[in-house]
Amino acid sequence: MILQVLSALLITGGIFFLTCSAVGAIRLPDFYTRAHALGMTDTLGTLLVLLGLALPLGFSLESGKLLLLAVFIFIAAPTACHIFVRAAFRSGLKPWTRETKDPSHD
Amino acid sequence: MTFLHLAALAAILALFPVFLYRAAKGPTIFDRLIGLNGIASKSILLLVLIGAVTGHTGMFIDLSLGYGLLNLVGALAIGKYLESKGARAR
Repeated sequence: MILQVLSALLITGGIFFLTCSAVGAIRLPDFYTRAHALGMTDTLGTLLVLLGLALPLGFSLESGKLLLLAVFIFIAAPTACHIFVRAAFRSGLKPWTRETKDPSHD
Repeated sequence: MTFLHLAALAAILALFPVFLYRAAKGPTIFDRLIGLNGIASKSILLLVLIGAVTGHTGMFIDLSLGYGLLNLVGALAIGKYLESKGARAR
């Protein structure tokens, strides 16, 4: 019973963080702030949901593969975010500051 | 238990239009990339949840693992291309 409650909590927490990344993708004014928000909340949300799915399975092949997927996403998602931000910075995208006349906010 | 998986599935499906809006609206090309990257990492989760709901968890986890690998390699390729394309990419 405890495992069910715990996995339910984990999954709802993960969904909460995924909605945070959705809100961040819209509300924030500039590419760099959006990438900052998405990079972190995506990984955490996915990790929590995957752990929430792996818990009730106990020690089995599926939960092992789920944990492998969680570790992989823990490494891959921030890397992908870093790749985009570095490409944006090196290709000359200026960060949004107070002085910027028309922030790319929409 | 499957009700919870279905609710999580519906929640993630409800998030997809948000990232589609960002991908469509994004002024710079990199906003579009970050929107599509958000969709891709959500769809990994979608696959795992579909597996949990339908019961074939083993198969769907392998699918999402493969998709996660492809997503990372794709992000690397796009990043390297846009980096060399220089300021015109903006």
